[in-house]
Amino acid sequence: MGMTLTEKILAKHSGRDRVKPGDNVWVNVDVLMTHDVCGPPAISIFHREFGDDAKVWDKDKLVIIPDHYIFTKDKYANRNVDVLRAFAAEQDLPHFYDVGTDRYKGVCHVALPEEGFTRPGEVLFGTDSHTCTAGAFGQFATGIGNTDAAFIMGTGKLWVKVPETMRFVFEGGSLPPYLMAKDIILKIIGDIGVDGATYRTMEFAGPGIQALTMEDRMTLTNMAIEAGGKNGVVEPDGVTEEYVRARTDKPFEKFYSDPDAEYHSEHFYNLEELVPMVAKPHSPDNKATAEELEGVKLDRAYIGSCTGGKLSDFVAAAEIIRGHKLKIDTYIVPATTEIARGLETETLLGTPLIDIFREAGCKIGNASCAACLGGPSDTFGRLNKEEVCISSTNRNYPGRMGSKAAQVYLASPYTVAASAVTGVITDPRIFIQETVI
Amino acid sequence: MKTKPITGKAFVLGKNIDTDQIIPAAHLVYSLSDPEERKLYGKYALSGVPAEESGLPQGNIPLTREDETESEFSIIVASDNFGCGSSREHAPACLEIAGIKAIVSPSYARIFYRNSVDGGFLTPYESEEDLSKKIRTGDELEIDSEVPALINHTRGETYKLNPLGSVADIVHAGGIFAYARENGMVPR
Repeated sequence: MGMTLTEKILAKHSGRDRVKPGDNVWVNVDVLMTHDVCGPPAISIFHREFGDDAKVWDKDKLVIIPDHYIFTKDKYANRNVDVLRAFAAEQDLPHFYDVGTDRYKGVCHVALPEEGFTRPGEVLFGTDSHTCTAGAFGQFATGIGNTDAAFIMGTGKLWVKVPETMRFVFEGGSLPPYLMAKDIILKIIGDIGVDGATYRTMEFAGPGIQALTMEDRMTLTNMAIEAGGKNGVVEPDGVTEEYVRARTDKPFEKFYSDPDAEYHSEHFYNLEELVPMVAKPHSPDNKATAEELEGVKLDRAYIGSCTGGKLSDFVAAAEIIRGHKLKIDTYIVPATTEIARGLETETLLGTPLIDIFREAGCKIGNASCAACLGGPSDTFGRLNKEEVCISSTNRNYPGRMGSKAAQVYLASPYTVAASAVTGVITDPRIFIQETVI
Repeated sequence: MKTKPITGKAFVLGKNIDTDQIIPAAHLVYSLSDPEERKLYGKYALSGVPAEESGLPQGNIPLTREDETESEFSIIVASDNFGCGSSREHAPACLEIAGIKAIVSPSYARIFYRNSVDGGFLTPYESEEDLSKKIRTGDELEIDSEVPALINHTRGETYKLNPLGSVADIVHAGGIFAYARENGMVPR
């Protein structure tokens, strides 16, 4: 019997020839990432358990990326960034992306690949559930808590129960022009439910996946956690290699699932048959098509976050927004500073994206997690009252973007942009046919 | 291993209670190591649950009363997929700070489950059936961890719990660090 990609990575990192689902193994960690919300308590536990003078196991493998509560007056939030800064100095950490410096990046899950920390075949843990994003690069990546992170800081190891793998096979050549990776993953989560992949791997495969860019693949693996998945993963290929090689010289080993690997289940999707999808309040699996919700009145649109604030997400939004005055408040939050610069350099028919957004009346924020998870009350774009928002982010649980009284619809940047133009939920296909084809 | 039974009042919740409902993100800024500041987590534990779904079946019952940091309730009984969403360890931590000793649910989101066990905050028991409609907030409960079973003294009923399985050793040790020390993986 063969092994899946995930099983092979876990076998190699636990020094075994093979592992099977249900095995508990201790793995060696290649990269540990933390941020301003979970870093300070993890650091506190690290010192409590290993001593005041303890040093981290390998300072080249610890990456600290403050991103959550950055542009706020909240004194506790700002204190937490100070804690990270002091720890980076105390441990002489080379990979700290400090706020207020040229090194500041923004959202960790997009910053990690930009800085070359997502390499095929490796094991990456992060103190954030969307760490599963990095599985797009053919590695094992998952979210952990503060205690587990502190344990890794001191030992370089963590126990993992080997997950079963669910395989999602994409058929059909490529994405239709009106469809985005967000539509695919919202469809899958709607089909299997928010606990449909609990403690399992979601492996995305088939000819359709090879047609997707790295950013599209990251949108898929990012939301594996929204189905309860332990990790999401895509086999590495030429697209992966090209992205990673442009950002790091470190060697890596590529793993692939064996043809006779055993799967928990297989699920088939024809990309050409899918349509724009929306998750209704208050759960990512509360699915509907954009067409079914046409006309739902909105107060706000939001484009940002690790799953929906990448450069390709803004290019998509700009294709629809260009030349329109928007009917509702629309917030644009680039995930990272690199993407923020891209908004100025990337053009559509000669106009920089940022000018397209400004002329349409968008509010443009600084690179960070911003209102995706609510945050302190002065957070840019936060929903502070009974507002209805359509958002390219990944969660719409009660109160997720701020007030419990708010309602959040999740959709692709195309659908969010089309809805911003009209002020009601709108299937983007009418705009795509007008402007792109 | 002989362990003391867990006893106390039930606090009942529905399904898919995510970590934003357990501790809203705006509150994740307080220190967990400062003895005074950490009490704020007890004050805001479960404050993100919509009021009508807090303390079922009646609803509109906060876990922690206004102006208090500790709850009168000790055992959470919930429907499926408790703790889904973010990896914030502040979620099991805030429940422990509020005075919760154990949770009983048919299923958990894995990161929450792991954090509860590895951090030694509280014990997440799996029930064989969904008990959120059989038990009412305020019922007097007892968990016998050796059977394991959940006894409802208010209704005179007993429900089966699943054995802890592969995490039992970490639970009994009191967390991943204590477990690792017992097994020589981390110096004492």
